[in-house]
Amino acid sequence: METAEQIRDRLLARFPGAEISLVTNPGAAAQHSLLLGATRAREIAQFLRDDPTFKLDQCSNVTGIDWPEKEIVETTKVSVPDPAGGPAKVVEQKTKRVQPGCLEVVYHLYSIALRHGPVILRLRTGNRTDQVTVPSLTPVWRACEFQEREVFDLYGVVFDGHPDLRRILMWPEFKDHPMRKDYVEPDDYEWEPTPHGVVLEKAKTHYPSVAGVADPGPGSSNPATTEAKP
Amino acid sequence: MSDAASPAPVERAPTSPITDVERDELRRHGILLTSLQELYTWGCSNSVWPLNFGLACCAIEMIAASMAKFDIARFGSEVFRPSPRQADLLIVSGTVTKKMAPQVVRLWNQMPEPKYCIAMGACAISGGPFKQGYNVLKGIDRFIPVDIYIPGCPPRPEALLHGLVELQKKIKGFQLSGPDAPRHLRADIKCDYPVPDFGEHDLQPPANPDVWQAPAIVRSGKG
Repeated sequence: METAEQIRDRLLARFPGAEISLVTNPGAAAQHSLLLGATRAREIAQFLRDDPTFKLDQCSNVTGIDWPEKEIVETTKVSVPDPAGGPAKVVEQKTKRVQPGCLEVVYHLYSIALRHGPVILRLRTGNRTDQVTVPSLTPVWRACEFQEREVFDLYGVVFDGHPDLRRILMWPEFKDHPMRKDYVEPDDYEWEPTPHGVVLEKAKTHYPSVAGVADPGPGSSNPATTEAKP
Repeated sequence: MSDAASPAPVERAPTSPITDVERDELRRHGILLTSLQELYTWGCSNSVWPLNFGLACCAIEMIAASMAKFDIARFGSEVFRPSPRQADLLIVSGTVTKKMAPQVVRLWNQMPEPKYCIAMGACAISGGPFKQGYNVLKGIDRFIPVDIYIPGCPPRPEALLHGLVELQKKIKGFQLSGPDAPRHLRADIKCDYPVPDFGEHDLQPPANPDVWQAPAIVRSGKG
């Protein structure tokens, strides 16, 4: 099996001008993946399925990822010359930039015929609000159908060209996408005997008079309860 | 309802003209004396027909309880009915997702009185390990009055049989009239339970206030 770089180079040779970039995995697994642009993604997928050296005939898994908007602070060291003539001072400059959020879909492809894999494809949406469409790969691998529906249900990614794009786990009237990072779940907390962590915060808002639940008596040291106190 | 906390002799209504001791004495002399109430509750308690209905892994234990090794037929409950119209007992065996909850309530409404409900396993009682999830109902008792709670994850078949025996004790303690009568013999209790709707964020309503209220916290004197 070729490495992800080799696959990318071959795909670029076959599809000149297509947006294909390598997303490296710095972990020990080093499962690098290919980020495809939306315009030619289905063409490339079709090629990966049919090409005799790839023959990636099975899509084993489709996953969604939510990348919320993220503020990144970069620190750069700048040397400022001393006007008095002394040695130049090194000052840290912080620049903030906002990394725009997006939704991502990950496909894991294997070849049953040639017994290799996985080749990992990624597709990204423009943002998390109104440009949430990516091309569906269900016409290429039929196995994607239910999993793309699940990503649509839980993340809100719209798959263009999907034959039957409906919610699959939640009911059709449901409006939210529960796997997104900013999902707010319904406020239906009820009493629990030993709340801690996030549940303790809920307990404080619902039963303020008994926030004493959070008050560990003298001698007791519950790290969760003490940690949750501001 | 004397809630069957104490087994036989079952507490009689104070108006009963004859005590249990006297009845046992008569029985020893070959005279069987009974009341309509006793006959009725005896019949009810020994032919509890469960609904053939399972939701998750607890249902596997329920099936095991109905098979030869544990043999629920010993307690008169072997007739698992495939139709709610013919069933007396709803064993909520497993996780009730919010998508499934209206269907469970609908099944309950379709069962004729007298009917009983067993919440089997941690999920049916409180949501269990999925309690903090967005998609799991935090206990079927938010919509249906539950008679017997069987804790466990999942409970073993013996626990289900124990729950069934406890239910039978409870049925044997029912009064046919008066304020302790079960709900289907009383005019002041509604026997219809509204089916929740699928809302935009949650079930609407998220609980039936006639059946379930958020638990109040009772604190002991210390602290």
